[in-house]
Amino acid sequence: MTTAWVHAEVPQTGADAAAFELLAAARAAADVVEVVAFGPGSSAAAEALGAHGARRVYACDEASMASARAGALILERLIQEHRPDLVLFPTSYAGRDLAARLQARTGSTLMSNATAVSGPDRARTEILGGTRIVDVRLEGPTPRLVLLKPRSAEPEPVADGGVADVVPVAADVPADLREPRVLTRQVEAGSGPSLDDARVVVAGGRGLGSPQGFEILAALADAIEGAAVGASRAAVDAGWMPYASQIGQTGKTVKPDVYIAVGISGALQHLVGMKGSRRVIAVNKDADAPMMRLADLGVVGDLAQFVPALTQEIRRRTGS
Amino acid sequence: MNVVVFVKWVPEPEGTPTLGPEHRLVRAGVEGALDPGDEYGVEAALEITETQGGEVTVISMGPDEALPAVRRALAMGAHRGVLVTDERLAGADALVTARVLAAAVSGRPADLLLAAVESTDGYTGTVPVTVAEFLDLPAVTFATRLSFSDGELRARRQTPAGSEDVACSLPALVTLTAGANEPRYPSLKGIMAAKSKSLERPTADDLGLDAQSLVATQTVEAVQDAPVRGGGEILPAGEDAARRVVDLLAEARVI
Ligand SMILES: Cc1cc2nc3c(=O)[nH]c(=O)nc-3n(C[C@H](O)[C@H](O)[C@H](O)COP(=O)(O)OP(=O)(O)OC[C@H]3O[C@@H](n4cnc5c(N)ncnc54)[C@H](O)[C@@H]3O)c2cc1C
Ligand SMILES: Nc1ncnc2c1ncn2[C@@H]1O[C@H](COP(=O)(O)O)[C@@H](O)[C@H]1O
Repeated sequence: MTTAWVHAEVPQTGADAAAFELLAAARAAADVVEVVAFGPGSSAAAEALGAHGARRVYACDEASMASARAGALILERLIQEHRPDLVLFPTSYAGRDLAARLQARTGSTLMSNATAVSGPDRARTEILGGTRIVDVRLEGPTPRLVLLKPRSAEPEPVADGGVADVVPVAADVPADLREPRVLTRQVEAGSGPSLDDARVVVAGGRGLGSPQGFEILAALADAIEGAAVGASRAAVDAGWMPYASQIGQTGKTVKPDVYIAVGISGALQHLVGMKGSRRVIAVNKDADAPMMRLADLGVVGDLAQFVPALTQEIRRRTGS
Repeated sequence: MNVVVFVKWVPEPEGTPTLGPEHRLVRAGVEGALDPGDEYGVEAALEITETQGGEVTVISMGPDEALPAVRRALAMGAHRGVLVTDERLAGADALVTARVLAAAVSGRPADLLLAAVESTDGYTGTVPVTVAEFLDLPAVTFATRLSFSDGELRARRQTPAGSEDVACSLPALVTLTAGANEPRYPSLKGIMAAKSKSLERPTADDLGLDAQSLVATQTVEAVQDAPVRGGGEILPAGEDAARRVVDLLAEARVI
């Protein structure tokens, strides 16, 4: 019998798709699946996590446990006690930090950027901008640690789910553990639907030339119900769009029904974040841009003229 | 303030890297450079020591080919360089790399350790924080801005929802995002001066690491080409193209 643990991040709104994806991936890799969740709301998520196949939730509801140093200490202790074969983490800011600290403590191997896990010692990743698929065997001390990329598995409730058993975990960490203190938080409120679950993503790059360029893109997104606006890193680094809208290796991974890339060349680091899209439409003045070669439909020309014309055509057809 | 910067040499940062035998990136005999992402750390370290005093030490693990990356950091103005080279480190994974880097820092005065959020070639994004854990240090990751106040570090960091400002006592490790500053170009004077700067070349043995701790625990079993998509249609912009795009949106049932 093999056991996989999922480190679930439970946001204030309750366990969400990110945790369910990990649970689906864990079920494909091991016989028994359990969850470790730290921070407020962890115990309360037992029902939702159980419905997605978790038998047990090791939960610590203390807010202080959300920190990577404290989390790694407690997680190491739980691992020594229960000896899982595999621990899956989300590729998120906190997930990376926690897994990175844990590998130093347990001396067990940590695989980053995994796209699938086929057993307690086998995982898959994609390299070179997703052009090559690599199967990796994980060795050394157990448990093996894997950071799974978002959108690598489909959430899937189980028929015989039920509520997961909650095993309360004490937040027993040294008081003198030095940690950064948060002074202020800024939320960059993106308007419209979130990139993560938008059916259509309209993404812009350096080709838009300025923040005003993104206004014509926003107008296009506005004409398509449920469309969200994303950006390449070039556009984010230029300060035209917030980081939260970056798509690619260091940003978000999206898999919409339709991805419309406007003024984006299609660098490997961008493609890894969007190549799972069902259909790709590209607008670029350069017919040879890599994005054009990948697109189902590529439109060659000046975006400043074409995009407003397209928006108008959509409005005409939908009568909006 | 004494600052350590982890810098990595990466093969062909602008091109498409080549896979060699045992499915490793080919690092021997190819053009390479200091990882562009690591220049932000070097620049930040230089700015800090220029205003506060202290020295910048750049530490790297890599083959002999990696020497130019360390030299470039020295030419930018870093005071001393360390390049750990050992045949047994070819194929090192993130854990082994972190062990080596942590061992290379040990015994050096370091108030602040800087690294990039992720490297251009490996992009595990975990090496720096694993080093921090080995050295029992707090870490601020995804920093876009750094400053100091009352002997404490202040940083703005990216978060999924936007950003946050944090304070952290020293010593600490910080990972910097691309675009955190404007890395300088080495001046001719800097390039000349780099030649006489201290450059240490320890092996793993010199760092006191035993053979077992150098064994990578990830083995590539198979590599295959991902299914290629594309072969789509390319049209000139115009009314017809706009109609075709709308047809495709309708087909996908999103309008
Ligand atoms: C470690 C690392 C991580 C990275 N992570 C990411 C990431 O997460 N996401 C990401 O996107 N990038 C990432 N990058 C950067 C990536 O390599 C590219 O530099 C970036 O994606 C380029 O953005 P772009 O396509 O908008 O810009 P460019 O490559 O400059 O492309 C602009 C395109 O616009 C077209 N264009 C210009 N004007 C017009 C016009 N008037 N009409 C129509 N078309 C026009 C041009 O033909 C060109 O194809 C990363 C790089 C590194 C090294
Ligand atoms: N071999 C290495 N030598 C020096 N620094 C490294 C090495 N590998 C990783 N780093 C540091 O860790 C950062 C993140 O690397 P990675 O974990 O590979 O994404 C790099 O940008 C460097 O700052």
